[in-house]
Amino acid sequence: MSATPEDLVNLEVDGRPVQAKKGSMIIHVTDSIGEYVPRFCYHEKLPIAANCRMCLVEVEKAPKPLPACATPVVEGMKVYTRSPVAIGAQKATMEFLLINHPLDCPICDQGGECELQDLAMGFGRDIARFNERKRVVKDKNLGPLVSTDMTRCIHCTRCVRFGADIAGIPELGTTGRGENMQIGTYIERSVEHELSGNIIDLCPVGALNSKPFRYQGRSWEMSETPLIAAHDGFGSNLYGHVLRGKLKRVVPRPHDDINETWISDRDRFSYEGLLADDRLTRPLLRKGKDWCEVDWDEALQVAAQELKAAGQALGILVHPSSTTEEAALAAELAIALGSANIDHRLRQRDFRDAAADARQPALGYALSEVDHLSGVLVIGSNLRSELPMLGHRLRKAVTRQGAKVAFIDAVARDYHFEVAAQCIADANAWAHEIACVIRVVCESLSAETPPSVANWLHSVTPQASHRAAAAALLSGERRAIWLGAMALRHPAYVDLRALASELARITSARLGELAEGANAAGAWLAGAVPHRDVGGVARLAERVGLNTRDMLAAKLPVYVLLGAIEPAHDLAEPALAEAAFSQARSVIAITPYASESLKSQATLLLPMAAFVETSGSYVSLEGRWQSQTAAARAPGEARPGWKILRVLGNLCDLPGFAYESSEAVRAHLASQIESVAGSAVPSQLLTQHQPPIAAIKDAAHIDTGELDIPMYDIDAVLRRSPALQATSTARRARGEL
Amino acid sequence: MSVEHAVPTSDGKQFVTGEGDKVALLSAHTRAEIDHWIGRFPLGRQRSATLSALRFVQEQNDGFLTADLMDAIAQYLKLPSIQVYEVATFYSMFETHECGRHHVSVCTNISCWLNGGEDILAHCERKLGIQVGESTPDKRIFLKKEEECLAACTGAPMMMVDHVFHENLTPEKVDQILDELK
Repeated sequence: MSATPEDLVNLEVDGRPVQAKKGSMIIHVTDSIGEYVPRFCYHEKLPIAANCRMCLVEVEKAPKPLPACATPVVEGMKVYTRSPVAIGAQKATMEFLLINHPLDCPICDQGGECELQDLAMGFGRDIARFNERKRVVKDKNLGPLVSTDMTRCIHCTRCVRFGADIAGIPELGTTGRGENMQIGTYIERSVEHELSGNIIDLCPVGALNSKPFRYQGRSWEMSETPLIAAHDGFGSNLYGHVLRGKLKRVVPRPHDDINETWISDRDRFSYEGLLADDRLTRPLLRKGKDWCEVDWDEALQVAAQELKAAGQALGILVHPSSTTEEAALAAELAIALGSANIDHRLRQRDFRDAAADARQPALGYALSEVDHLSGVLVIGSNLRSELPMLGHRLRKAVTRQGAKVAFIDAVARDYHFEVAAQCIADANAWAHEIACVIRVVCESLSAETPPSVANWLHSVTPQASHRAAAAALLSGERRAIWLGAMALRHPAYVDLRALASELARITSARLGELAEGANAAGAWLAGAVPHRDVGGVARLAERVGLNTRDMLAAKLPVYVLLGAIEPAHDLAEPALAEAAFSQARSVIAITPYASESLKSQATLLLPMAAFVETSGSYVSLEGRWQSQTAAARAPGEARPGWKILRVLGNLCDLPGFAYESSEAVRAHLASQIESVAGSAVPSQLLTQHQPPIAAIKDAAHIDTGELDIPMYDIDAVLRRSPALQATSTARRARGEL
Repeated sequence: MSVEHAVPTSDGKQFVTGEGDKVALLSAHTRAEIDHWIGRFPLGRQRSATLSALRFVQEQNDGFLTADLMDAIAQYLKLPSIQVYEVATFYSMFETHECGRHHVSVCTNISCWLNGGEDILAHCERKLGIQVGESTPDKRIFLKKEEECLAACTGAPMMMVDHVFHENLTPEKVDQILDELK
């Protein structure tokens, strides 16, 4: 045998010779060779506790069975996972666990997908020898998301360790001891962390379950469809569990390069919003002051007529969480009708210097690389609320790799990791804050002051917070500067961006934009912006259309709203939108919801399938394309957005609308993007084109509160999700707490 | 009131104590005692001072802890509250419900039991007019739930009053001890 590398040891598992890394535990080895050892407390993403004792195995020369999850491998070790001693120990452990566990599987939501139930089949006795009274534990109220049946708890402490290690804010703990030990919060309070729902999946028994899903279905009657999360640009992978056409719950689909095994509460519980009372199920046409239900034929005829009549005076607004296919067809429709007035940047206020826009908003790094960042400056972002899972990745970078993270923000926020610096200033002064950091960076790198910002820099006086932020950004080699959603909504966004890109250039950091919506990147690539064609090819000046703001200011005769756009909530300037829509001849809303506010502004409502009810693809902020098929049935006569747009194209007698599936739309778009790859603007354009910053736009004073939109208010689905709206996070945002 | 200040730690660094709305509940004396214990551990290990902090806070509050006081410790030591609750509920010397200021625990474990420990306990209950686990109405004495063996078997029967052992008890001796508690 060849020489053993120093970090490997040889051992034997059930008679099979195996090599394993020094320091790994027996359970890592048995898992890697497919030898299953039963377990409850062990979880590959959590720290090891070794408190359930279910994974006891026999190790030669050890006097007693040892826990496989907490026993490091050593040279020459002989492990027996199914010897009489091992099985005996596992059965004995199971008997102890079942002493206090209630026999209420028939009314337990976990039944059928329960680790305890499964293992009791293999290791449990069929007759209990324990005749004494079972322990009863009072249930806890952990808030509107997680239901508790604490009598079922087997004290594996996975939920406690999740709070301490993954979420970063311990909310649950073990109080009392011995027979009186309990899992809970001690004083009654709800769990508030944005990833708290993951304890539902972690719980190996039915102690922690989904409250909205309680008694809604059995695991074995539901079918499982892979889905993509539709509320932020992270692209978390999900499974939708569907019972008789209805989406009953959402759980994470493990993907190590994206969401690992977690998802945010927002992605887990938003589906309830699909069942809202104001779902649109039939086309509605306004006749005078009344809304009339019409059939699809009539509705589409009216729409097509209006579109044709509008021609280049048409304005299309696309929701940034629309699928790439919907955005692509909307862009195709606009162009074929002779209009370039299309935009998805609904909450953006500053559209200057469009030539310097990147091809698509991006992090600048793959998500898995975020774990290894060393210095990060986040500008204008409520990160945990905008991108909860990115916050989790960044926390890993800080806690495991010692990354330094600094924020420029309007208020100091609580983060679940150590923040190196928070530069707190009113939103109107953010440009000044960035300039201060640039100044410190230039001094410490002895770099020359860039001419484009020179005017600015001699008038600024850096404070200690700016020095700390600069030091944080400069730590290590892998640096990132991110402009958050609040920066993107800022009335002087372009100035912030220019300064940030200057800072990125000097520090060799990559500049990223954390754009809103699940598919902002896809919308850019599909050409749902007024100044770019498919794939990010810049349009000639005479072909450039109007952006969101100009489109509304121009008071066009016909507007199309695609996706769940509610003018009162989803647009930067609702008053401007109302003025534009009230004078328009027609406002065609292709939407899943018919809220009263939308009805007061629109003239035609076409019912559209919502995010889990349509096939389509999303492009995440790391540039990853992910597709899904429809999981649930759309209610009533609602149809997928791509089909509605396709038929509209046909009815307008436009060429090229012959797609038979969303896959065909995607394939066509992908081939177009590929063919123009050479002429597309690069995605890191920001660092090359610098607008001269004559004067930071200081007229645009803004109330910081307007920039920071609460995490469960960002889109129409969330606003209709009762469980999320009942969380203390949402209630605090509404001023109720 | 701002009480934030730096405390030297055992590794020669400085721990800056936390601020919070409840920190003011800790008396200056209690804070000084907690600071002493923070200083016994390296920076970042202030969680180790929790046990001692709970002891001083219970003393300050005449024998029991409240959620607010535990929160105050958490804020002062910059810990999540639950980590303080965990310690407080685990150890039997901490009371998390309102009770009398003198803690009396009569041992009824094997050696004491054989030597009349149960009679001693019954005598206490009769004399004080309360059951084990209860406090006198004037909050003077709290008769703690049974203790496990306190390792004074040679002096059985014994009882512990506010962490002081009293051995070879007789009803007369118990009367005298209890009467002296103010």
